[in-house]
Amino acid sequence: MTAAASRIPVPRANVRLALRVNGEAHDVLAAPYKTLLEVLREDLALTGTKHGCELGECGACAVLVDGAPVLACLVLALECEHRAIETVEGLARGPALHPLQAAFADLGAAQCGYCTPGILMTAKALLEREPDAGRERIKEAISGNLCRCTGYQQIFEAVEEAARRMRERA
Amino acid sequence: MIKQRFDVIGKPRRRVDGRAKVTGQTRFADDIALPRMLHCKLLRSPLPHAEIESVDVSRAQRAPGVHLVLTGKDFPIAFGILPVTQDEYPLAPERVRYVGDPVAAVIAKDELAAFEALDLIDVKYRPLATIATPEEALATETPRIHDYGERGNIHRLQAFEFGDVGEALERADHVFEDLFFFEGNTHLPIEQHAAVAAVDGEGKLTLWSSTQVPHYVHRMLARVLRVPAAHVRVVAAPNGGGFGGKCDVCNHEAVVAKAALVLGRPVKVCLTREEVFYMHRGRHPVLMKFRTGVTKDGRLTGMHLQTLVDGGGYGSYGVASTFYTGALQTVTYELPRYRFEGARVFTNKPPCGPKRGHGTPQPRFGQEVQLDKIAERLGLDPAELRLKIVAKPDSLTANWFRIGTIGLAECIRRVVDRSGWKAKHRKLPAGRGVGIACGAYLCGAGLPIYWNKMPQSGVQLLLDRSGQVTVFCGATEIGQGSDDVLAAIVAEVLGIDPFEVRLVTGDTGLTPVDLGSYSSRVTVMMGHAAIQAAGEMRERIADAAAESLEVSPERIVLAGGRVFLADDPSRALSFREAVELAEAKFGTLGAVGSYSPPRPPARYKGGGVGPSPAYSYTACVVEVEVDEATGWITVPTIWIAHDIGRTINPVLARGQVEGSVYMGLGEALMEEQVFRRLPPKLSHALVHKIPSMLEYKSLTALDMPEVVTELVEDPDPNCPFGAKEVGQGPLLPVMPALANAVYDAVGVRIDELPITPDKVLKALELKRQGKTPRVGPDHFPAVPYPAPIVVPPPWEGGDGNAVKGRERKTEAAAAS
Repeated sequence: MTAAASRIPVPRANVRLALRVNGEAHDVLAAPYKTLLEVLREDLALTGTKHGCELGECGACAVLVDGAPVLACLVLALECEHRAIETVEGLARGPALHPLQAAFADLGAAQCGYCTPGILMTAKALLEREPDAGRERIKEAISGNLCRCTGYQQIFEAVEEAARRMRERA
Repeated sequence: MIKQRFDVIGKPRRRVDGRAKVTGQTRFADDIALPRMLHCKLLRSPLPHAEIESVDVSRAQRAPGVHLVLTGKDFPIAFGILPVTQDEYPLAPERVRYVGDPVAAVIAKDELAAFEALDLIDVKYRPLATIATPEEALATETPRIHDYGERGNIHRLQAFEFGDVGEALERADHVFEDLFFFEGNTHLPIEQHAAVAAVDGEGKLTLWSSTQVPHYVHRMLARVLRVPAAHVRVVAAPNGGGFGGKCDVCNHEAVVAKAALVLGRPVKVCLTREEVFYMHRGRHPVLMKFRTGVTKDGRLTGMHLQTLVDGGGYGSYGVASTFYTGALQTVTYELPRYRFEGARVFTNKPPCGPKRGHGTPQPRFGQEVQLDKIAERLGLDPAELRLKIVAKPDSLTANWFRIGTIGLAECIRRVVDRSGWKAKHRKLPAGRGVGIACGAYLCGAGLPIYWNKMPQSGVQLLLDRSGQVTVFCGATEIGQGSDDVLAAIVAEVLGIDPFEVRLVTGDTGLTPVDLGSYSSRVTVMMGHAAIQAAGEMRERIADAAAESLEVSPERIVLAGGRVFLADDPSRALSFREAVELAEAKFGTLGAVGSYSPPRPPARYKGGGVGPSPAYSYTACVVEVEVDEATGWITVPTIWIAHDIGRTINPVLARGQVEGSVYMGLGEALMEEQVFRRLPPKLSHALVHKIPSMLEYKSLTALDMPEVVTELVEDPDPNCPFGAKEVGQGPLLPVMPALANAVYDAVGVRIDELPITPDKVLKALELKRQGKTPRVGPDHFPAVPYPAPIVVPPPWEGGDGNAVKGRERKTEAAAAS
């Protein structure tokens, strides 16, 4: 419980980061040791991305980097320069919810809503790779995202419903 | 007026706060950032039990970026959630009682600066003997972890007898004696606790916190900070999961509030995941001994239950938790006589408190597994046995609780039917099995935490000429759908869409008091208050509309956003037009509603824990596959039926049931909050064995079985629209149903939770050796329970009061 690790000198000078988040370019001045999670939440005020452990165990901070799910607490913002970062704030198009968002809201897949952004991003990556993903693939894809509220079943159903709506639209 | 036909109630809907949750717009406590905000970190004790000799903060105060360092000296007043156990300080002044007990706090420009400065605080401790287990607590007179309580390290002893149980057991055809152990576990909400305190332009304090109980936090802050309660505002941010873990008033809340008052700047704290494990307040480990008498046809004649509850380092909700380890044994089945003895002890571990089911899942596990053993011995089907002894509706229990409606028999029939029970029980191939169990839970605690005669929930409604409806209520959204229930009830009464209702909730500065999201009280208590307030508004709107339409108000209907004649819907006003008329006729439109539960029939001391306006009931069948080579348990399907009274939003209700099944299954199979001693050279401290989400095992998406949910509707007249609770009750039968299924599959009894593969293998090995194939506790230590409070049950001429003049010797050594 003591701050033993803090005896290691920490580089404090901010560095300039060029980040591309949800299609928008951001110039950020931040400490080089900051994780992508911290820069998103603290420097860009994109608080839709959550944290549950900051150790890569719960999946609440999942975002997409170049289309693939990444735990934002385990990657430095520095490593994500010039890459395409997507967060929950970028899912909706204006007032229109992404089909995953609509299905999650309609079908009870979000109870407290805290794990929801991470699961939405993980599911988005899955459905973009595999538009026909079935129940087993959905389970595998989100097995790294812990949810304590739902028992997962309504999440599975919402991802399946979103996939159906997306296929119909395509 | 209760409508017979509903436009909102019972219809599957997107919850009113659903959109915010899927767009990332729901603002949790740690999402709040204010100008000039500072950050706080707590220094926590590395020792489980020690006196604090000195705390030197001078180096930390000089560290770069540090604005303030606080210690126990800054907080002379103790607090605690229960009035009888005010035993915690925001920062420990003299004594630490568990690894993780907060000792000092640093407030700095950012989290890193605060964290680094913690290392510069010099605390001198004088270690005291560590009390690690209930057995050690019973055996250790000194040191005492607290200087209050029964004696030594016994925090609380309770004993009640409802009818002569000794005689009832003598009369029985069989007496079953069983020991069970339920290991502690924790809530593990994905959101770590966070709080932000700020002082407004008038110098008054506001605290935003991930709390389930803003009202109690409000009272605590006024007490420990010595400021007028009217100058403190507590806002419950939506909780990122609670499950009881955000029900206590917390050290960190008082610390940031104090810091904000001292510094005049906003101060935020967010606990790390490790700190959340040490904050705990979760499921108490409970050792239980059941002695139950039955007739040869499976009727209960009496039950004697003893519990030994491991409380950890502080009181928390523990006195209530201990009562709950014995309170609800009587509400599911006909039980003519009942004796309960409970004890809570202090140990040097994180304090235990309320977790989903609060004190009742542990004895429910024991009771339902014992019923399975009874059915087996009597050669009865365990589902049939239960059906025959289900408690009667509109009845009193042996311990004087009033049961209203009871849908338990229907729940049992549904899960038996849906699971194909009759074709499976004792008939599946070796290694596969099914088990059944039931449960019951409160729909709100009958009494508030602190004694008062005021309402337990208040709702205020404001309408204006724009047609907008704003509802204010102190109830707290923790993910369960509190806001949605509130909007649905108001919308139903006013005949509008729930999305038309603007909600202001969980804010002690703006909303009428509601005691919070615990004891499954919100739907019933807030719901009644909301119906009252909305009903009054409905009358005024109908009155004004009737005048305009030149008819009598009884003919007016409010539905679908319109106000019209029941017998001629073409004569109609829009809701907005009708509100405008009402505002013109009556002036500014507002109404309030309040709710207090009915006075419980129990009159004896201790009879205040357990009464409820109504009880919900659940039955569950679990199917398992047990690998005899590895002990691994796979659960393909769980069938569950819950007596919900009436469903308000089936989407949310199903989510509560499935979420309860998930959490119960985790407790049955893997979740445990356990401790280990560090080696002597590393201080010998008693630390959490697994304070990480990776090592504290919980079910993932891949582990979750299919859940078949049935909602049984038996509306209870004590509930709004007849709606009972659904957030906690469905957890209760899952653990015993799983244990019973393991027995059906491989013929071994695991009488303690969690049921891990090593325990299954051990029991299978005993079976191979021809020994009793059981793993579980084999000893109940001597507990000095006092002479019981004797209360004759209703059918033995009692009036709910304790009787005097019955000498009973103290069973000081009831060891088995």
